[in-house]
Amino acid sequence: MSKKILFISRHAPYGSSLARDALDALLASAAYDQSLALLLMDDGVMQLLAGQNADLIDQKNFASVLPVLELYDVEQIYVHSESLLKRGIEKNELIDLPLTLLNSNEVADLISSQQQILSF
Amino acid sequence: MTTLHTVNKSPFSHSELESCLEICRDGDAILLIENGVFAAKAGNVWHQRLAETITKGIPVYALKNDLIARGLPAEQCEPIQLVDYAGFVELTCHHERTQSWY
Repeated sequence: MSKKILFISRHAPYGSSLARDALDALLASAAYDQSLALLLMDDGVMQLLAGQNADLIDQKNFASVLPVLELYDVEQIYVHSESLLKRGIEKNELIDLPLTLLNSNEVADLISSQQQILSF
Repeated sequence: MTTLHTVNKSPFSHSELESCLEICRDGDAILLIENGVFAAKAGNVWHQRLAETITKGIPVYALKNDLIARGLPAEQCEPIQLVDYAGFVELTCHHERTQSWY
């Protein structure tokens, strides 16, 4: 019984463990053959910045883990475009992954189409 | 296919309620819990914004226990509706999914 599950990740990496937890939960769910998608919004969009160097703060680089999602059948990575705009982030500053940008209205559509939401 | 949005932080120091209002749509509902209930106090700017949200067809609720616990006057919240814990459960049953903004 496959469910449509959306993971919403709204916090920046490194400052708390939430972003990492979202990723761990996502990879764990992938083992159960569900239909998975990830939405990054608010400070969560900071997870996508290219050029992260977390070694300097003795942490694991976030940007290098995200590409793994493709191997795990995560169907889509969505990004809330207004969150990028508010933070002055251009699309070319993000890591090189297939990302789908959505405006607020499209995010609302996306949420409405899900059977289950997990928020981080 | 409607969503219940729960907000547990004060809108005066966090942007969760702002984000929630941006994503909310007709038929959805918002429930203020924990410090989120500070938005329900009449006379502040967020109470006014939520009143506008209600006129747009998105009902807003606040958890009565959290409100009273914080010394907020429960009788001045209108048009925000107060619910108890049973009402909280009922709201979750009336919507397909819950998104918690925390």
